[in-house]
Amino acid sequence: MTGPVTGGQGWWGSQAASVRYGDKLALDQVSFRAEPGRVTAVVGGDGAGRTTLLRCLAGALAPGSGQVRRPDRLRIGYLAAGSGTYPDLSVAENLAFRAAAYRVPPAAARERSGELLARSGLAAARDRLAGQLSGGMRQKLGVIAAMLHRPDLLVLDEPTTGVDPVSRADLWWLIARAAAGGAAVVLATSYLDEAERAASVLALDAGRELAQGTPAEIVAAMPGTLHASDDPPAGEARRRAWRRGGRWRIWDPQGRPDHATGPGTTQVTPDLQDAVTVAILARELTGREAR
Amino acid sequence: MWAMIVKEFRQLRRDRRTLAMMIVMPVVLLIVFGYAASFDVSTIPTVAAGPQAATVAGHLGKPFDIVTTAPGEDRAWAQQQLRDGKAAVAVIAGPGPVQVLVDGSQLFTAKAALAALAAGEQKASGPAGLAGQQPQLTVLYNPQLATKDIMIPGLCGVVLVFIGTIITSLGVVRERQSGTLEQLAVMPLHPRDVFLGKVVPYFGVAALDLAIVVGVGVGVFGVPFNGSFAVFGLGAVLFLFVTLGIGVLISSVSENQGQAIQLSVMVMLPQVLLSGLIFPLSSIAVGVRWISYLLPLTYFNEISRGVMLRAEPIGPLWQPFVFLALLGLVVFTLASLRFRSYLAPAGPRRVGRHPAVAGTGAGGEPGEPVGTGLGEVASAGPGPAAGSGS
Repeated sequence: MTGPVTGGQGWWGSQAASVRYGDKLALDQVSFRAEPGRVTAVVGGDGAGRTTLLRCLAGALAPGSGQVRRPDRLRIGYLAAGSGTYPDLSVAENLAFRAAAYRVPPAAARERSGELLARSGLAAARDRLAGQLSGGMRQKLGVIAAMLHRPDLLVLDEPTTGVDPVSRADLWWLIARAAAGGAAVVLATSYLDEAERAASVLALDAGRELAQGTPAEIVAAMPGTLHASDDPPAGEARRRAWRRGGRWRIWDPQGRPDHATGPGTTQVTPDLQDAVTVAILARELTGREAR
Repeated sequence: MWAMIVKEFRQLRRDRRTLAMMIVMPVVLLIVFGYAASFDVSTIPTVAAGPQAATVAGHLGKPFDIVTTAPGEDRAWAQQQLRDGKAAVAVIAGPGPVQVLVDGSQLFTAKAALAALAAGEQKASGPAGLAGQQPQLTVLYNPQLATKDIMIPGLCGVVLVFIGTIITSLGVVRERQSGTLEQLAVMPLHPRDVFLGKVVPYFGVAALDLAIVVGVGVGVFGVPFNGSFAVFGLGAVLFLFVTLGIGVLISSVSENQGQAIQLSVMVMLPQVLLSGLIFPLSSIAVGVRWISYLLPLTYFNEISRGVMLRAEPIGPLWQPFVFLALLGLVVFTLASLRFRSYLAPAGPRRVGRHPAVAGTGAGGEPGEPVGTGLGEVASAGPGPAAGSGS
């Protein structure tokens, strides 16, 4: 599943990038590329290394080894974890500061921010302090601020976490808009359903690459078969099962059709969430066996 | 309740700085008040001029400490010595009656001198007397020995310390707390621009505050402003330079606004108590006095009182000016260095700000250096010293 970093112009990303925090290897030889005009989602659980990778990409952190390829600072848009906006400045003032820092002419900045604010439902909040905005509105402001200067590379760390569905839709409109404008968009997300909307996905686990490719490629590359059951399996299979929704998912690495039997047990077609979970599980089981 | 007590202790144990302050501050205060807080003046630097200078100097006992005896000089010279802060008392012996000039801008020293002279007169030829002569006594620069006249020039400095240290440190640390620090770090702004952008507004506000305090002092309290505005302004600019630098330095080592205030108070308190603002420097025990000479307010006090009350020109004030400039240089260098790392949460190994092209072109094959000239390639450097990952 690992996509090699191959030739070609106009892409950004990392090549065997590693970052160490003291004794902890936060990023271990991660390679990926973000193509212009496409959205790349970086997924993974807590401590997977998503933020570290995005910080490297945005230039807030240097990799300990390996390389990161990024445009000039002026051409990067970055939304750090949190909205990255000033709570004691108004929406318009936040955007004016960002535009000035990225040397966007005032008239162009006004026009673009007006358009983005209007489309994302923030136009009426122009004069409100960012600190008085709801979480979703603040995230939208953060994304607008990051893409205001039409960057070549837009790096967004969890832009939709804790945001209501309507604001998430607005945020995705903004993200799609940035990609349509030619930016290579890299976003970290905890929501795998959201990652399915991305053109490519990089799944990380404990700082290492777990899977990479289009969502369909990652799903297709899942080894074995998957069953859904009302009850948890007994015995050894319990280690390969997890709850999803109200039911249990049971993974069989060998893909035996009659592997999981019992009341209400059916074979299911995996989606991205299943495929990533299986990849994590497979690594855990391999690690246990190795130990 | 027990759970609450345990929780508080656990939190307190983690907040090492508060804990240290709770334990160290009482000791510091005790030392400061014990050794420094004294209005008693035991030594009064004195110059003697006129033909009988040596005789009179010989008769002057404690607390007068003859620093210069100049038989060939006159009253004008003696007055200049006081103006330039070289002595607090000047005795002009002959021709004619003995004249004693006292520098009223050194309030407690002047009061001690007047008391000693009065006591000497009563004893006629006592140790502090002037061989039975009735001296003509003149108090210069603050003839009424008004406290406000010496306090308000000093308070100008305190206002600047307040704005420069506390407000600046809060303004900068706010960036860390609001989570915008990382955003600033990746923006196409030079650390110098961010640093100056942070400091200049406070500089402007502090300068305005200073103008208001001086205006109110002169207009409302009737404090004289006898010297040059330019010399005073130059001193204030240098002093602000130091205090704003201290503010940035404090904020760069503080995690939050609470810590910044704690540290600011720890920096402000000795300035107020040890700078000569309240207690005369000569009254502060030598073991503690050296701290006074590390404090910028000590030098600004000398400048503000010298200029406002004694119309002291810049020449004799070279020492406080030089020391302020040196302090400013040290503090601003440290603050700039700290600010750079402050802007780079991952430590000093943050990637360069300018496009760095490694390799030969638009490559990208594994193992091949990549770089197009369009952007930058952050290649392997030493790993970050600290930070947090997801």
